[in-house]
Amino acid sequence: MKRVKRRYLALQLESETLPSEREFMDAVWASLTKLYGEVGASLAGLVLINFDGKRKIFVVRTSLASLLMVRASLAMVTVVAGKAASVNVLAVSGTLKALYANVA
Amino acid sequence: MTRPFVDLHLRINTKDQPVTQRLIIKAAQMGYHFISFPFTNVVHETEFVALKAACTQAGIDFVLRADFKPRTQEDLTLFLRKFRRSFEVICIVCDSKEVARQAAKDRRVDLLNFPNLDYHKRFFDRAEAELASCSLAALEVDIKPLLVMEGPARVRLLSCLRREVAIALEFHVPVVVSSGVGEEVLMRLPRDLASLGYLFGLNASEALDAVSTNPAVIVLRNREKLSSRFIAPGISIVKEGKPK
Repeated sequence: MKRVKRRYLALQLESETLPSEREFMDAVWASLTKLYGEVGASLAGLVLINFDGKRKIFVVRTSLASLLMVRASLAMVTVVAGKAASVNVLAVSGTLKALYANVA
Repeated sequence: MTRPFVDLHLRINTKDQPVTQRLIIKAAQMGYHFISFPFTNVVHETEFVALKAACTQAGIDFVLRADFKPRTQEDLTLFLRKFRRSFEVICIVCDSKEVARQAAKDRRVDLLNFPNLDYHKRFFDRAEAELASCSLAALEVDIKPLLVMEGPARVRLLSCLRREVAIALEFHVPVVVSSGVGEEVLMRLPRDLASLGYLFGLNASEALDAVSTNPAVIVLRNREKLSSRFIAPGISIVKEGKPK
């Protein structure tokens, strides 16, 4: 079986409040499902890897094949935990080490 | 070399100074090199100078843009004759087929914009694209409706945009993606703005061109034309001699 290539994304949340990890991921999943449906969303393999509450930075992992889909869905997020918010992609990388080096 | 990112359509109330200031600073932080706020046709010198100064202070280039929604062809030509040399970018919001065709034909028009909510008034078809490809007009797509709409309305808009963008690409009409937003929370990083292009059929490089190269080319071309040294495309005054 062919190995699935992955990409790690560092996301900066801009919102007045700090949502929990669950609330953030719910908003991302809702946006992804709204745009691409349940089948499309299932192909993304989206997983939360890390969460820095202080800097409001979330690290998520997705498959390379659905990177564009995920980026478009992230740009479409306008509400997180009932508050107006936006999600900016700070960096995209193939390894966590390089991603943290980029974001730091 | 980094791409010069451009957002030619930030909607602000220029009289609301604090919000304007915040938007300009945020645009600079996000990595935009050129931004523009549309004016109708009257630009107060003080307003323009204040905006330009705020943009320069933030390290960003301000582009003077006019949006016009003519009712007839005559209105359009009159507007262009009167204001073309006063603005760096001219955008025509096409409300009728007659105006859309004339705007696509006219080489003084830079951007063609269509109403987002009324799908019957989106006249960017193959005939329009053919006319636009012979002139210098580009198709402008605003992202804001995609962010604020939901459900069937958004599906319909996406479907229209996908069709129009496919036609534009077929006829080599440049596509310009702008935000069209007036609130900080709806502003997106240039690359995130480009990623939304994927929703209506732009591939990664075309989407990046739509927020950088395509609008930047329009701005630089018009600045060259408006400079006092411009004679004709490719010909400009390099040095002036003293009369003997």
